[in-house]
Amino acid sequence: MNDRVERLRSESFEAPVALDHERAEIITEYYRDNFGKFSVPVNRAMAFMELCEKKSIFIGRDELVVGERGPFPKSVSTYPELNCHSVEDLEILDSREKNPYKVSKKCMDVYAEKVIPYWRGRTMRDKIFADIGDEWKETYASGFFTEFMEQRAPGHTTLDGKFYTKGMEGFKSDIDESIAALDFKADPEATKKREQLKAMKISCDAVILFAERHAELASKMALEEKDPARKKELERIASICRYVPRHAPRDFWEALQMYWFMHLGTITELNGWDAMNPGHLDRYFHPFYESDLKSGAITRDWAKELLSAFWIKFNNHPAPPKVGVTAAESGTYNDFTNINLGGLLSDGSDGVNDVSYMMLEIIDEIHLLQPQANIQLSRKNSDRFLKAAARVIRKGYGYPSVFNADTVIEEMIRAGKSVEDAREGGTSGCVETGAFGKEAYILTGYLNTPKIFELALNNGVDPVSGKKIGAETGDPAGFKTFDDLYAAFEKQLHHIVDIKVRGNQFIERMYADNAPAVFLSVLTDDCIKRGKDYNDGGPRYNTNYIQCVGIGTMTDSLSALKKHVFEENAFTMGEAAKAVRENFEGKEAMRLTFANKTSRWGNDDDYADSLMKKVFNSLYDEIDGRPNTKGGCYHIDMLPTTCHVYFGSITGATPDGRLAGAPLSEGISPVQGADRNGPTAVIKSCGKMDHIRTGGTLLNMKFMPKVLEGEEGIDKLAKLVRTYFRYDAHHIQFNVVDLETLREAQAHPENHRDLIVRVAGYSDYFCDIGPDLQEEIISRTAQEEV
Amino acid sequence: MTRGVIFDIRRYSIHDGPGIRTTVFMKGCPLSCWWCHNPESQSAFTEIIYRPERCIGCGACAKTCPEGAVTLTQRGYISDPDKCTGCGDCAGVCPSEAREMLGRDITIGELAREIQKDVLFFEESGGGVTFSGGEPLAQPEFLAAALEAARELEIHTAVDTCGFAPRHVLETIAPLTRLFLFDLKIMDPVLHRKYTGVSNEIILENLKWLTGNKYETVVRIPVIPGINDTEENIEAVGRFLSGLSMRPDVDLLAYHASATEKYRRFEMSYLLQDVVPPHKDHMRDISDRLEMFGLNVSTGG
Repeated sequence: MNDRVERLRSESFEAPVALDHERAEIITEYYRDNFGKFSVPVNRAMAFMELCEKKSIFIGRDELVVGERGPFPKSVSTYPELNCHSVEDLEILDSREKNPYKVSKKCMDVYAEKVIPYWRGRTMRDKIFADIGDEWKETYASGFFTEFMEQRAPGHTTLDGKFYTKGMEGFKSDIDESIAALDFKADPEATKKREQLKAMKISCDAVILFAERHAELASKMALEEKDPARKKELERIASICRYVPRHAPRDFWEALQMYWFMHLGTITELNGWDAMNPGHLDRYFHPFYESDLKSGAITRDWAKELLSAFWIKFNNHPAPPKVGVTAAESGTYNDFTNINLGGLLSDGSDGVNDVSYMMLEIIDEIHLLQPQANIQLSRKNSDRFLKAAARVIRKGYGYPSVFNADTVIEEMIRAGKSVEDAREGGTSGCVETGAFGKEAYILTGYLNTPKIFELALNNGVDPVSGKKIGAETGDPAGFKTFDDLYAAFEKQLHHIVDIKVRGNQFIERMYADNAPAVFLSVLTDDCIKRGKDYNDGGPRYNTNYIQCVGIGTMTDSLSALKKHVFEENAFTMGEAAKAVRENFEGKEAMRLTFANKTSRWGNDDDYADSLMKKVFNSLYDEIDGRPNTKGGCYHIDMLPTTCHVYFGSITGATPDGRLAGAPLSEGISPVQGADRNGPTAVIKSCGKMDHIRTGGTLLNMKFMPKVLEGEEGIDKLAKLVRTYFRYDAHHIQFNVVDLETLREAQAHPENHRDLIVRVAGYSDYFCDIGPDLQEEIISRTAQEEV
Repeated sequence: MTRGVIFDIRRYSIHDGPGIRTTVFMKGCPLSCWWCHNPESQSAFTEIIYRPERCIGCGACAKTCPEGAVTLTQRGYISDPDKCTGCGDCAGVCPSEAREMLGRDITIGELAREIQKDVLFFEESGGGVTFSGGEPLAQPEFLAAALEAARELEIHTAVDTCGFAPRHVLETIAPLTRLFLFDLKIMDPVLHRKYTGVSNEIILENLKWLTGNKYETVVRIPVIPGINDTEENIEAVGRFLSGLSMRPDVDLLAYHASATEKYRRFEMSYLLQDVVPPHKDHMRDISDRLEMFGLNVSTGG
C-alpha cells in the first residue's frame, strides 16, 4: 500500500457512521409536489433525476475514483418511500451499542417536521402490512419465516459487463428503438411499456447529469489546487466524469469510474438488498488494463493504486439501517457486496487473469469490511490461483470465500439458463447464484425448518406463542411409526410454505406496481427489449429463492427420535414430545441420550446423512418450481446469514438435545459440536447434499492459523477444497480463528467442539485438550499475532 | 477373520506422511517412553475410562453392568477392576459420555470401510493411510492384512513404528507398505533403556536393514530437552544415519507438553512434568548440525 492508499483506507475506516436526511428530504419534497402528475415509473425516474440534480457532491482530497451516495463517506441515505424510520427508531439507531448510526439534531428535525408527516401511511411497508392479512402476520411474527421486502426493495442482483462497451447514449438509442417497435394495435400493454421505457430513458439522463456535476466540482477544485500533481489528477477526473457514463469507457481509469457511477445510480434509486454486486470485475477490467499497459498509459503500480482507491469506495457505504425483526436477523454495517474473481469465461475458457491476482493482493492489503470478495473456482482454474486465494484466507479475514464455478454453472443450467449466460453468472450477496446482468434473483426470506417441525410435535400449535399457526396433524403420542412423524412434518411444511408464498406473491405485485427500479432495468437484459421493469418480469430470468435454515438441527432431531423412540423404544413419542415441550426440564438423561447417543449429521455416517437428504428433498419438493408472478419460479437456498440465531431464539427445545432459545445449526454446517470426525467427514456429509438442485449452500469451517502454516498448510487447504468440489459442492469458507474465539471456546466449549488446533506433531480438537494445553496454545497464538 | 485392537482412527491427519491421510492408531506398545503422547495406547487391551466431571449421576452404568462391578462412591461411579471385564456396556449406555471405552476390536472389513471413506481426499492430495500407535508392528498379522487391504483399494500406506520388532515381522511387513516413518530416539543403549524401557540394538539393526534393502524410510526424531538433545546424541545420530547405505530423510519433532493433561485423566504419573519445549533456535541448531552430515532435515511438529 502506498501513502495515498493507506490514507484513503484509514479515512474510510475511521469515518463515523451517520444517518443522513438529504435523500429523504429531496424525495419527500419531490413526492409532496409532484405525486400524481406522471405514471408510476416516470414518477420514479423524475424523483431519481431530482436526486441526481440536487444531492451534494463530494470529492475527497486524495480520491481517484469519485462519488458518494450520501453527502460524505459513510453518511448513509434513507429510503422513506419504502420504510420510514420513526423518531424512536432514529433515537435507537443513534444510541444503540452495536452498529449505531449517528443522527444529528438537524436530521431528527427534518424527519419529524417533513419526512414522517408525509410518508406515514404511504410507505411500501405500510401498504404491505395493511393488506397482507392476519394469518401471514401471525406466522411472520412467530418466527416461521422472515420477509426481505418489508423494508428494502428486491435486489440481490449483480451487474455484468455490458456497460464497459456501451454508454448511456447507447442505452438511450436502444430504448428509442424499443419504443418505436411498440405495437399499439396488438399489444394491450403497449402504453404501460411506453411509460416504463420513457422512465428508463430519463434515468439514463439522470446519471449523466450526476457525473457532469462531479466534473464541474473537479474542475473547480483543480482551479483552486496548489499542488500541481493533484491539480492534474483533478483535471483528469473532470474529463473522465464528462465522458463516462455518457459513453463507454476507453481506458482503465474510466472503466473504474464507469462502474462506480452505475453502482451509485442503482443504490441511490432504490434500497435493494445486497447493495449492488459488480460481478466479475477482473474480467471486465482486464482488457483495459492490458491495452493501457501496452500503450504505456499505465504501469502495474499505478493500476494497482487506482484499483485500490476504487476498492476502498465500497467501504464508504454501510448498509442502510433496518428496523425490527429484519435488524435482528441481519444487524450489520456490511451491505453484502461480493466481488467474483476467476471462474470461466462465456466460451468456457479459464477466466483468471492478471487483474484477478492484483485483486487478491488488494484484498489482502486493504481488508476492510467491504467489499467482500470470492473466488469462483473451476476445474479449469489452476491451483496457483486457488493457493493465492488460500494465502489470503489464512490471514483470517474470513474471505475470500470459495465457490465451485462448475457447480454454480450447472445449477443455472438446471434452472433453465443458457450455458453462456450461466458462465457469465456467478454468486452474489452471501452465496446466491444468478445470471449477472440478466436476472432478478430475489431472496424472499428465511424459513425456520426446526420451528416447522415443532408444529408437528404440537399438533399445529406454536408452543412459544401459544397460537395455532399450523395444520392439525394430531397428538404426537399417536405417531406409531417414524413415517407418521415425518408425514406430520411434511404437512406442516406445506402449510407454512403456502402462507409464505401467498405473501410473497402479494408483495411482488406491490413492488411491480408501486416501486419500479427504472435505472436498474436499463442495466438488466431484457428489460429494454421487453419494455418491462426489473421488478415486473423485465429481466431475461426471474427467480425467487426461499432460504432454508437449520437443516443440521432438523436432521439430528429426526435421527434422535428415529433411533431412541421408534427403533430402540427407549422413550415413547409422547414422553419425548412432552420433554421437548418442557425444555427437557428434569430429563437431562434423555436430553444427553438424544445428543450423544445418536448418529448426527456431519460425521460421514449414512444413518444421519440419509435423513438430511430426506429433509432436503422435502424442502426441494415443496418449494422448487412453484411459480412466481413474473414468469419465473422458486428455488431453494441453504443459507442463514445470522438468521439461525434469531430463529433459535424463538424456537423451543429440539429433540437433538438443543435447549430452547439456543441458535439453530448454521448454513449447511452440522450442529455446533456435533461433528467429531474432522473436516473430511464434515465435507463428505455436506457433499451428500445435492447442491446442483439449489441456488446456493453455505459451509463454514474453522481452522487455527497453525494448521495452515507454511506452503504445506496452503497445499492441504487447497486439496481439501478441491475434494469438496469433486462432490459438486457449491461453496466453502474458512474461519481462521483468533485469540478471542479461543477464549470464547474455553468459556463455552459446547459451541466450539469442531475447532481444530495444531498442537504439536498433530492437530486436535481444541475443546478435547486439557486446560493447561489450551492456555499454552493461546499464549503461542498471542505471540504469533504480535 | 483377522481382527485387531485400535484406539482411534483419525481422519484429516496432515502430519503423518504425505498429503491428507487417515491415521489408524493401534493399541499396545513394547516401549514405555517417558514422553509418550498417547499413554492410553500402551496397553494392548481395551480399557474403560471415567470422567466424573461429566457424570450426571443417572446410574445407568451401574444398572447395566453384567458383573455388578460399578458402584456409587464419593468419587462417582467407580468400577471394581477385579470384577470389570472391559465389555464396555456401561460406556454404551452412558448418556453424558462420562464413561468411554478406550480401544476397540475391529475386523479388516470394518477397517477397510473406514480407510476408504476419504479416498477422494487421498487422490487429490497424494495422501493415504498411516498405521501408527501404539506400535503397529506389535499386531503383525493384523497389520499385514490391513496393508494388503489398502493395496487392494489402491491407497498409499505408511507405517509409523518405533522399530522394536522381530526381524521376520519387519521382513513380512516391509514389502507391503510404501513408506516407513521410523522413530529414532536415543543412540546410547543404556540411556535408551532408561527412558523407553528397552535397549535400542534391535531398533538400529532394523533401521539398517530397511535402508539397506531400499525400503523408503523417513526417520522421525522427537527432540526431548535434557534427554536426547545433547550434542553427543545428535552427533551420534548424524554419524549413524550418514553411515547408512541409503540416507533417509529426517524429520525433527519438537517435544510439547501436550500430554500432561492426558496423564492426569488416566491417573498415570508423568515423569516430564517440568520439561519445557525446545526453543525454535535450538531446533534450528540441531537441524543445522544434522545437515552437516549430509542429511536432508525438516522440522515438523
